Amino acid sequence: MKNWPLWEVFIRSKNGLEHRHCGSLHAADAQMALQNARDVYTRRMEGVSIWVVPSSQITASNPELNGETFEPAMDKAYRHPTFYELPDELKHM
Amino acid sequence: MSEKELKSLEDLFQARIDRDEKIEPKEWMPEKYRQTHIRQISQHAHSEIVGMLPEANWITRAPSLRRKVALLAKIQDEGGHGLYLYSAAETLGISREEMYEQLHSGKAKYSSIFNYPAVTWADMGAVGWLVDGAAIMNQVALMGTSYGPYARAMVRICKEESFHQRQGYEILLTLCNGTPEQKAMAQDALNRWWWPSLMMFGPKDAESPNTEQSVKWKLKRKTNDELRQQFVDQTVPQANILGLTIPDPNLKWNEERKHYDFGDLDWNEFWQVVKGHGPCNKQRLEARKSAWEKGAWVRDAAVAYAEKQEDRELKKAI
Ligand SMILES: [Fe+2]
Ligand SMILES: [Fe+2]
Repeated sequence: MKNWPLWEVFIRSKNGLEHRHCGSLHAADAQMALQNARDVYTRRMEGVSIWVVPSSQITASNPELNGETFEPAMDKAYRHPTFYELPDELKHM
Repeated sequence: MSEKELKSLEDLFQARIDRDEKIEPKEWMPEKYRQTHIRQISQHAHSEIVGMLPEANWITRAPSLRRKVALLAKIQDEGGHGLYLYSAAETLGISREEMYEQLHSGKAKYSSIFNYPAVTWADMGAVGWLVDGAAIMNQVALMGTSYGPYARAMVRICKEESFHQRQGYEILLTLCNGTPEQKAMAQDALNRWWWPSLMMFGPKDAESPNTEQSVKWKLKRKTNDELRQQFVDQTVPQANILGLTIPDPNLKWNEERKHYDFGDLDWNEFWQVVKGHGPCNKQRLEARKSAWEKGAWVRDAAVAYAEKQEDRELKKAI
């Protein structure tokens, strides 16, 4: 017997907000994954739209490489507005 | 990795937890952390699933449509709770099939409370009020646990639990305001569920070997005895509103401690049920196994159907 694959579930809680990962489940195909996601994750109006994605299709960054992946952003203070020294009397900027 | 390197990794790891950082899947973690979490989260999941059985017994016998839809919704929630927790455990590298295997073979435990029978309708009230009530206390404490997927599952579960307890309490309230026979039925349910509910918090602190490590990993935010005391303190006034008597002659308000004193639990019974000799251990496991085995053809058929559909799509594309 083959096991049902794992799916990741993303839910938009209301229009105007993005889909957010809310969990995972097993299902034989995408249609069943959608139905199960509705039954499990939206029993109390928690969503208006559901995405399901096979977990095997997700490529994730490696947390062990977080240093080199995210550190370079740290020393680029010039990407932030407070880096620029402007006179106090300057308004609306 | 040398022993010294491992030690320093472990210290860094613990420091993150102490700073209230969450640990997420695929990050480095001590092997013991992984194993302990797989064990606790999967046993928690099993408890949700096996917990559906005593209540399922009453769906077809609920006394009104209102009670029936509420009970059905509650049991469906418990199935969902099981799923959130299995998913959280899967992020640690164990498969769903392995976890089922552990449950069905008797290797994995689940909460002993579900090895007691639900023999009258009033038991549906007592289970919601006391059993879900005790579970909520444990679960609220776990919302701040260190493993991200477990903590998130707890937040979701706690949001859903309060209706469970309220619907149970309402069942008892109705019975207690009914005929003398109905009130007696409520009292009888409390008599049978009170002590097993107190046992849900586990052995006494002095006999709970994993407490210290679990506290460090925030798997335990309060000790077994603290939670048990808290449960007694909050439940006694609720019993008074129902006009029911807690079956403990030693129960007494202690003005000095500002807590209720209560009698000692029957620890012999506790260990007997844990070891598999409770009133329903066999029946519960049999029901789980039979549901899994009898459902095999459905799972196979769904896979066959999915493959056929995919095949069709492929052919269309050619
Ligand atoms: Fe639950
Ligand atoms: Fe519940």
